[in-house]
Amino acid sequence: MAQLQTTDFMDWSGSFDDQEIMIQNTAHDWVQERFMPTIRSHYQAGTFPMELVPEMGELGFFGANLPETYGCADINNVAYGLIMHELERGDSGLRSFASVQGALVMWPIWQYGSDEQKQKWLPKLASGELIGCFGLTEPGHGSDPGGMVTRARKDGDNYVLNGAKMWITNSPLAHLALVWAKDEQDVVRGFLVERGTPGFETPEIRGKLSLRASVTGEIVLQDCRVPAKNVLPNIQGLRGPLSCLTQARYGINWGAVGAATDCYEEALDYAKSRIQFDQPIAGFQLTQQKLAEMVNEITKAQFLTLQLGRLKDRGEMHHWQVSLTKMNNVRMALEIARSTRTILGASGIVDEYASMRHANNLESVLTYEGTHEIHTLVVGNQITGIEAFR
Amino acid sequence: MKIVVCVKHVPDTETKVAIGDDGKSLNPAGVKYILNPYDEFAVEEALKLNEADGDGEVIVVSVGPEAAQSSIRTALAMGADRAVLLTAEESALMDGVSIAQVLAEEVKTLEADVILTGKMAIDDYGYQVGSMLGELLNLPVLSTARELTISDGKATIVRDIEGGKETMEAPLPCVITAEKGLNEPRYPSLKGIMQAKKKPIEMKEAALTDGGFEILEMTYPPEKPAGRIVGEGPEAAAELVRLLRDEAKVI
Repeated sequence: MAQLQTTDFMDWSGSFDDQEIMIQNTAHDWVQERFMPTIRSHYQAGTFPMELVPEMGELGFFGANLPETYGCADINNVAYGLIMHELERGDSGLRSFASVQGALVMWPIWQYGSDEQKQKWLPKLASGELIGCFGLTEPGHGSDPGGMVTRARKDGDNYVLNGAKMWITNSPLAHLALVWAKDEQDVVRGFLVERGTPGFETPEIRGKLSLRASVTGEIVLQDCRVPAKNVLPNIQGLRGPLSCLTQARYGINWGAVGAATDCYEEALDYAKSRIQFDQPIAGFQLTQQKLAEMVNEITKAQFLTLQLGRLKDRGEMHHWQVSLTKMNNVRMALEIARSTRTILGASGIVDEYASMRHANNLESVLTYEGTHEIHTLVVGNQITGIEAFR
Repeated sequence: MKIVVCVKHVPDTETKVAIGDDGKSLNPAGVKYILNPYDEFAVEEALKLNEADGDGEVIVVSVGPEAAQSSIRTALAMGADRAVLLTAEESALMDGVSIAQVLAEEVKTLEADVILTGKMAIDDYGYQVGSMLGELLNLPVLSTARELTISDGKATIVRDIEGGKETMEAPLPCVITAEKGLNEPRYPSLKGIMQAKKKPIEMKEAALTDGGFEILEMTYPPEKPAGRIVGEGPEAAAELVRLLRDEAKVI
């Protein structure tokens, strides 16, 4: 199998099997040929290339690690990670789109939903016919989601939802929102809210300087009546949304390596061809140091992430391992994006090059789905046994 | 419709090739292999024909080393049904005649309605196997197709000729070779890749005969001389045009 010609200093890809390589190739080729020609204009316009969603569904990028019964590809978690790697090599907004759809909407329906919910929603979410979003964060509750004030009051065969969710990827585009709210017993439950339900609004958040090729919004719930059959029956408590986030962060961890690799390769190409003082700037020690440190950091992150994937495939992955990898990978990717920008000089600030776009995106990735600081405390909690969140 | 597609496992065009120590073969170290791109057009066309037909089978046949299974898997992941790999050492694959003979023997047993292959392989630029296959099977050959339609037991192709297009027709079964532009090959979908794992690849040893020729030597192209700066600013344009016309003779 022809392995992608990309940064692989320590034969990382040597342990991928044929399926994993072929899947990475499909994702890579699709991103480079179909997505990359559109990214600059979408990033400037603040829009997502919706015209590509059916192709992503057709290729199987949504919920790729879920079972075939629901129209998914049932691939292993390393192959799933490699898709995220290639999507985020393109843009964090593209990977975010697939992460939300697959890990935050399809995965919880598959894991916690009724048979009827699975049959009804999963095939259409897999094909991209329907777009989903995940409502957990609130204006007043980010790192502390347990403090949520969104409420669900039982009324006959319905629940009546009131509250507001903020920073919700894809909410303005979504046909279906998985909203987390507390019931009258103060227990967090998951509600599948369909577009068109009275009292459900999704205003877009404008003015973002990061993740511009991703649509972000609020979810406003005003006496929004949701049938009781739209509650996820098999999960109660904060563990529900947190377990979804573990799935999505797993994908982020792979994606960050992809973004870092895209930056490093841009830095290397530029440094080898940019002539100053009659020689390529790659020949100067300070530039070489930057490049060597980049490849060093990427290589470490590759193996950390691959190990996380193999653990997940064995059913042995723990959430603190996901936290450690997110801490490492996203900070690493952001630093590489910034360092690449310095190698590119003025060229680095225009959208002809990717590093500043990646850097701006990674500013969000550093703090979304658990801030760098919270993940640090998750790891701290794991090694000391002492919770330092509050 | 039963369609046979003959494919070859070739070095990736992105691979930097090096000549081996014997001075007449490629150094295989670090060389990545892919499904020959012209054969990929042939696979895509076969799949499209069968999808339109709604019924039938696409069988991939290849002569190559055991490692060629990876390129065959790509074709199976795109949607082909099954494959036959006639195994042979890489070093025995240079001669188009013996390859075509081995393929013809196998293809004969498959009783296909259409036999598709790329117009050439991008490694040796032989341009031989498709036409020879037609000859050995005693079937008509429609070569370098950029468009293909099949109806009423006939194949019609359109191909580029100097200054225009040519439309040709032949009764089925026939051999058709694919030119770039015939179609846009699909990306293997994730489901396709997972299904390909379960599709059979039948392996048989290829009875290749000795080639009628031998390779004496491989050499690198001469190094490009350094560029020349003919002047600066708009004044240099006229001189540049003169040199491109009179010296380089490219305009």
